[in-house]
Amino acid sequence: MIVLTQTTEILRQLPDVGGPAQPLLTIRGLTKHFPLRSGLLGRSTGVVQAVDDISFDVRKGETLGLVGESGCGKSTTSRLIMALLEPTSGEVIFDGQAVGYGGLTLKEYRRQVQMVFQDSYSSLNPRLTVRDSIAFAPGVHGVARRSAVTRADELLEAVGLDPAQFGPRYPHELSGGQRQRINIARALALQPRLLILDEPVSALDKSVEAQVLNLLLDLKDQFGLTYLFISHDLNVVQYVSDRVLVMYLGRVAEIGPVDTIYNGAAHPYTAALLDSRPSMDPDRRRLEPPLQGDPPNPVNPPSGCRFRTRCLHAEAVCADKAPPLAPAGPEHLAACLMVLPGSGHSQAPKLAA
Amino acid sequence: MEPLVHVRDLKVRFVSRDSTVHAVNGVDFDLAPRETLCILGESGSGKSVTLRSLMRLNPPRLTKMTGTVRVGGHDLVTTSERSLADIRGSVVSMIFQEPMTALDPVFTIGMQIRETIRRHETISREDAERRALELLELVQIPSAKRRLAAYPHELSGGLRQRAMIAIALSCRPKLLLADEPTTALDATVQIQILLLLRKLQQDMGMGVIFVTHDLGVAAEIADRVAVMYAGRFIEEGPVSALMRDPLHPYAQGLLGATVHGGVRGKRLTTIPGAPPNLAQVPTGCAFAPRCAYVEPACLAAVPAARSPIPGRAARCIRVPDHAVSTAA
Repeated sequence: MIVLTQTTEILRQLPDVGGPAQPLLTIRGLTKHFPLRSGLLGRSTGVVQAVDDISFDVRKGETLGLVGESGCGKSTTSRLIMALLEPTSGEVIFDGQAVGYGGLTLKEYRRQVQMVFQDSYSSLNPRLTVRDSIAFAPGVHGVARRSAVTRADELLEAVGLDPAQFGPRYPHELSGGQRQRINIARALALQPRLLILDEPVSALDKSVEAQVLNLLLDLKDQFGLTYLFISHDLNVVQYVSDRVLVMYLGRVAEIGPVDTIYNGAAHPYTAALLDSRPSMDPDRRRLEPPLQGDPPNPVNPPSGCRFRTRCLHAEAVCADKAPPLAPAGPEHLAACLMVLPGSGHSQAPKLAA
Repeated sequence: MEPLVHVRDLKVRFVSRDSTVHAVNGVDFDLAPRETLCILGESGSGKSVTLRSLMRLNPPRLTKMTGTVRVGGHDLVTTSERSLADIRGSVVSMIFQEPMTALDPVFTIGMQIRETIRRHETISREDAERRALELLELVQIPSAKRRLAAYPHELSGGLRQRAMIAIALSCRPKLLLADEPTTALDATVQIQILLLLRKLQQDMGMGVIFVTHDLGVAAEIADRVAVMYAGRFIEEGPVSALMRDPLHPYAQGLLGATVHGGVRGKRLTTIPGAPPNLAQVPTGCAFAPRCAYVEPACLAAVPAARSPIPGRAARCIRVPDHAVSTAA
């Protein structure tokens, strides 16, 4: 049990509980359905199945990349993990302890899990100076003001900003890249073990994006962090991740080591997503778009496999049966009937007799 | 033959009571008919302002625009607002990043296309309706007939962008301007729109100027690329040559800072610092404060465009100039 005393001078990272083999974060059957209401009486007219029964682990010390298109539920997932949204069902387990209801309290949990958002401006309080923003959360956790401010200055240094110059400034006086550095420093102020990075570089220019990515990789070593890195940019995810999780319409499509997935995706959606990247070589341009149309509306997702309406390999069986995650290789799972032995799909492996 | 677009010494300043922003500080280029030019740059480099100048869309009361801008034989700097309205849509047309704000939310897609056609051509309602349907089919909108009666909010992001392209092409412009049209789209939809634009450009024989911050997009669509920094073209050249072997240190930095397949595990090269404030026009090379190769001569004057190989040019004093080296 973690006890924070008022005498804690500087927060230290809390010790490992379950050992290196136990995942830092385990997600089991996490589901979030948003009811749609309309009319004067606010009658329910349907639900948006934003996240539908997803399960995965984040291992200690790794970077798990989470990719998907808009509406696939990746941001909802991050907010559910951060306990900013109440899940419809499912549980979040942090280093062997359930979060909430008799387990880890939210205050203890959020001390160890922090988040960086895409919009660097709206996630900072415009009326606090940079130094006060960073020192705020340690103050809440009982650190004396003076040591919190000293710590804030150290963190500013760590993210590459001069404390004397930037400490007294307000968010509107900074550029987008500088603000994102402040957000990272603020997230580190409680010495968390897990950082959820929700599109941290998507709003930045390319040259600034590279600076922030380098910084994130340095901080991971320096502070012994684990990252859940959410992005729609496949190149960035490949660059930072050890393992990758691909989501489509609220479900996990595929999860596995980054090189395995980028060299040979097992799910047709992942393959199409990877083929949609611009080629970066004018002499080898793409000739055909790998997929037609837009992702369907998550209000009424297709029955069975949710990708079947855009899939080149779809067969009748795909409409009846929602594919479970099946092994496609070492540490590699894909939710496709072509991977599941004996699923009834013509390209599925035969069941061993 | 006169080029489709002829721009010389274009300067754009935004003047308000408090400050003056020097957004574009002398841009020269020509665009041949049927050619695709990509203007590549980061936010604040002046790429969108340059593009808007080709349609004179910058706010008239704040904007001071000087230089020569000719599009399809029309002088865009001096022409009256009245004749400008005829040029916009029929000679030059534009698509934007955010279709939801570019389309009118209270009219159907069909009405917005018909309105554009009938503004420029004397044509009956029925013929305009038929043309609108053809246009939606041209931009590959499925069940086009039904979509004519749809309002913008009823369409998905990709379809909305296609509808905006249909409106822009409704009067067969000679020049299409595209301001980051795929930035707000998902990866699988972005490639569809890029390939569609490439096909339409070839089929209709348009010139296209495409503004983007994404090197991958430029590699897919451009014939020529111009890299913009602090309101100037700092490098210009054919897309393959420029992407394989950029001349200007800023262009080199931009390529090195871009994350692409195969850089995993390596440290990204970054450009230190931030772009200059354009409240003052930089006297020397605008990139000098961030450049690793800076020398006193860089700060003395704005480097002239030097051309080491025909067709390529860069504004850097370290780049050998073909004309000079042959004379020596």
